[in-house]
Amino acid sequence: MPSWPANPKYIGQSTLRIDAEAKVTGRARYASDIQADGWLYGMILRSKWPAAKISGINLDKAMQVPGIKAAVKARDGEFTVRFYGEELAAVCGTTKQACLDALRAIEVKAEPKNEFAVREDDAIKDGAPQVWDGVANVTTGKLRETGTVDQAFTECDAVIEGFYTTPVQIHNPMETHGNTVSWTDDGVTAWASTQGVSSVRDALSGALKLDHSQVRVLTDFMGGGFGSKLGATVEGVLAARLSREARAPVRLMLTRFDNALAVGNRPSSFQKIKIGAKADGTLHAFEMENYGTAGIGAGADAGGGGGGADIPAPYIYKVPNTRVKQSVVAVNAGSSRAFRAPGHPPAAFGMESAMDDLAAKLGMDPLEFRLKNDSNEVRQREYKIGAEKFGWKEKYQKPGSSPGVVKTGIGCAGAGWPAGGPSRRTQGEAQINPDGSVEFRLGVQDIGTGTKTVIAVVAAEMLGLKPEQITVRVGDTNFPPGPGSGGSTTCASISPTVYDICDKALQQLQTQSGIADARGDNWFAACKKLGITPLVVSGNWIDGLSTRPAYGVQFAKVEVDTETGLVTVKKVLGVHDCGLIVNRNTLESQINGGIIMGMGYALYEERVMDDLSGVVLNPNFETYKMSGIGDVPEIEIVLLNMPERGVIGIGEPATVPTAGAIANAVFNAIGARVPSLPITPAKVLAALGKVPPPAVSQT
Amino acid sequence: MKNTEPEKFGAHSRRTFLKSLGTVAATAATAQVQSVAAELEKANAEKTVGPGAVPVTLNVNGEKLQLMLEPRVTLLDALRNYSSLTGAKEGCDRATCGACTVLLDDLPIYSCQKLAIEAQGGEITTVEGLAKNGDLTPVQRAFIQKDALQCGYCTPGFIMSLTALLKKNPHPTADDVKHACAGNLCRCGTHPHIMQAAFQAAGMPVASKTEVIDYA
Repeated sequence: MPSWPANPKYIGQSTLRIDAEAKVTGRARYASDIQADGWLYGMILRSKWPAAKISGINLDKAMQVPGIKAAVKARDGEFTVRFYGEELAAVCGTTKQACLDALRAIEVKAEPKNEFAVREDDAIKDGAPQVWDGVANVTTGKLRETGTVDQAFTECDAVIEGFYTTPVQIHNPMETHGNTVSWTDDGVTAWASTQGVSSVRDALSGALKLDHSQVRVLTDFMGGGFGSKLGATVEGVLAARLSREARAPVRLMLTRFDNALAVGNRPSSFQKIKIGAKADGTLHAFEMENYGTAGIGAGADAGGGGGGADIPAPYIYKVPNTRVKQSVVAVNAGSSRAFRAPGHPPAAFGMESAMDDLAAKLGMDPLEFRLKNDSNEVRQREYKIGAEKFGWKEKYQKPGSSPGVVKTGIGCAGAGWPAGGPSRRTQGEAQINPDGSVEFRLGVQDIGTGTKTVIAVVAAEMLGLKPEQITVRVGDTNFPPGPGSGGSTTCASISPTVYDICDKALQQLQTQSGIADARGDNWFAACKKLGITPLVVSGNWIDGLSTRPAYGVQFAKVEVDTETGLVTVKKVLGVHDCGLIVNRNTLESQINGGIIMGMGYALYEERVMDDLSGVVLNPNFETYKMSGIGDVPEIEIVLLNMPERGVIGIGEPATVPTAGAIANAVFNAIGARVPSLPITPAKVLAALGKVPPPAVSQT
Repeated sequence: MKNTEPEKFGAHSRRTFLKSLGTVAATAATAQVQSVAAELEKANAEKTVGPGAVPVTLNVNGEKLQLMLEPRVTLLDALRNYSSLTGAKEGCDRATCGACTVLLDDLPIYSCQKLAIEAQGGEITTVEGLAKNGDLTPVQRAFIQKDALQCGYCTPGFIMSLTALLKKNPHPTADDVKHACAGNLCRCGTHPHIMQAAFQAAGMPVASKTEVIDYA
C-alpha cells in the first residue's frame, strides 16, 4: 500500500502559488484575453420575453452592419423561449461596437405569451401557466419515511415548526462565461473559461458533429466558476458556429447581464420543518416539506440540463423518525447549475436554524444540543476545539438577552460534504529531460484553487526537488485526461496521480541510470544518464492516498442594530478538516473564500424576479449584492490535520455552514428568528415586530 | 429590459446631448440653466468627432499607443481589444467590479468608464506597467507572498487600487485599505489575504490567525 512521506518537506507547508507572478503582472492569459490571429468579437442576442413563440429571425440587416462577418440563429425554424435571456442569435465582427449595432439590427418575429410564472409561489398555484407545455410545473419526488413520525411527535417534550427559505443565488464568477473558438479545416480549438476541459471538448464535438480528436480545449487560466462552468453550453457552440461561418477565431464572452440570466444559479428552497426532541435533548422526530426552483431545469421535460432543487435532510443529524417530501418547481427563469456544494448551504441553513429554535424551546445551549445529537466524531472534536478558541462558554447568553440598541449574538453550524474524494480515472504524465528539467502534464484545470501548485508540491516532495523546479502544464485536452473541477475532487484526484507518476519515474530512472536513488542530490546525475532521449512516464490515480468525506464547523459573532436592522458580522471561526494538508496557504485561501461567499448568501445575495414583466431585476453588481472587502469580518481558521486519511478536497465544505451560523447568531442576538435568507434589514425589523413583514415569495 | 429595436446609435455628440439637456433644464427654469447655456456655447465651439474611427494616441506604461478608434470605444476596450495589454480585466463593463482599474495620472480609475479619446494626454499605467525590468513592485510581491489571489481575475484591479493608495498614503489603516478597495469585487473571497498583502507592501506587521491542530 502506498503512503505519503512521514516527514514531508513541502506537503503541509505553504508553497507560494507557482502561477502567482503571471497573475500579478497581467501576463496570465484567460479565455477572455486570447487574441488569436484575426480574431473577431462575438455577442449574443437574448430573448427580452420570459415566454414567447419565435416564428422568425432575420439576420440580413445585422449582416449589413460594417464590420460584421457572420451571424447565426441559436435555433432554426419556429421555437419557444421559456425565460428572459434565452439565446436567439449571435453575431461576430471586427469590433465590439459593430456587434452592439448588429444586435440592434436583428429582426425577431415573436409572439410573446402574456402568461408565465417566474416565482415559485405563482408557479405552484392551480391553473398556473405551464412552463413546459403539457407538463405540470411541480414535480414531487418520492416520500421518504423512516420510523413512525406522527406517533413520535406525540412522544416529544418539545416541538417547533418553522418555514425556512433560501433564495436563488447567482454564481457571478469575476470572469464571465465564454470562449475563444477557432474553427479551421484541421479542427476546432477552444480557449475556454471552464472547470472541465474534457467536458467542454465532449460537448463541443457532440454539438458540432466532430470527432473528439478534432476538438482541442485549452484553459491555462480561468476567472472562477463555482460549479457553473462545467460544460460548453450554448455560448460555446454559438462561438464555434460563428467561427466556421466567418472563417476566423471568435472571442465570445458573455456580458455581466448575460451571466445573471442564462448560465446557472443555486436553486431556491422553501423548507417547512417540524422537529421534536425529548426533554433530555435527544432528537426524536423530524418532518420536512420542501420545494424550490431550478428555473426551467425542472419538470419532466428538463430541456435546460439543470439540476434539481432537493436538499439533504435532516442534514447531518440522525433522527429516528423522519419524513421528507420534496418538490421541484419549474419557473420561467434560467436553469440552475451545480453551485459550490449543491444542496448543502440551504440544507445547513434550514436544519441548523431549526436546531437552534428547538434548543431555545428546550432551554438548552445550542452547542450542547449539537454535541448531544451529532454522532460524527470529527465534528464533535471540531466543535470542542472551536468552542474553546471562540470562547463560546464565556460569550454565550440566552437568545435576546444582549442589552442595548446594538445587540451581539453568537451562533454555530456544521457541515458534512460527502464528496471531496477522488476521480479514480485521473491520469497524467511527466517528461523528465536529460538536463534535469521536468514537466508534468495533466488534463485538469486550475480554477483558482491552486491545482498547479499542488502538482508542484507533490512532485517536489516525491522527487526530492524544489517546487520551483517543477514545470506544470494543465488545462489541455491533449494531455492525459483528468476530472472536471467539481465536487471538491481535484486535489484528491491529482495528488495520488502525481505520486504514481513520480514513483514510476524513479523506478525507471533507476533502471536507466543505474543510480539506486535518483532523488534530490542524485537527480541531475541520474537524468544525465538518459543520454539524449527524455523519459516520459505515465501514471494514474492509485488507491490509499486519498479519501472522503470532509466535515467542518463554523462559529459566528454578529452585531445587530435593532433600529436599522443592519447585521454586521464581526467574526467567523472555521474549524475544518481535509485529511492530509497538501498546501497550507492555498487551503487557507479556499476556506476564507467559502466563508465570505457563505456570508454573502446569509446577508446579501438574492436573484429578484419581476412577476409582471418576467425579467431578472438585478442582473448586475449594483443591484445583486455580494460581500465586499468592507463587509469581511475577522476570520480565524483552525485546520484539523488528519494525514492518516490521505488527501480530501475543501472547496465546498468551507461554504456550507456559514449562513446557518450567521443566522443563528442573529437569532441569539435579537431573540427572534429571521427564517429567510438573505437576512436583510427589513426582515430583521419585521422579526422584531417593528415593521410589517416584507413581501417575500411565500405561499 | 434591453431595447432590441434598431436605433441610430453612435451619432450622439456632446453638443446634441447638451442641447437636449438644455431644453429640459430651461423648461424647469432652474438656476442651472445659465451654466448649461454656458456649457452649450462652449460645446458648440467644439468640433464633433465620430461616429467613425478617429486617430487616438494613448500614453500607456510610458509608451505611445496609436490607434484608430470610434469615439465610443472605452479605454478598457482600447487596451484589451486594440492592443495586447489584457491585464486590465472586464468584469462588468459598468463601473461596479473594479477588475478594469488602471491608473490615470496616478489616480485609480475604472477604465470601462473612460472613453479612450478622453484619456489622451494623461499617463496611463496598467498592471503590465508596474514591474520595471522584471522587478516586481512591493504590492505585487506582497500579493504573491500572502496568496492574495485565487482565480486572479480581480487581482490586477486590486493591485492598481492599492498601488494608488500606498503612493498617497504609505502607512494606511485597515479602514484606509478597505476604502481604497471598496470599488473592487472578488468572488473567490480572497479579501483577508488582500488586507495582509496591503500591510506587507506598506512594510507593516501582518498577523495570520490560522492554526493547524493534529487530529491524531
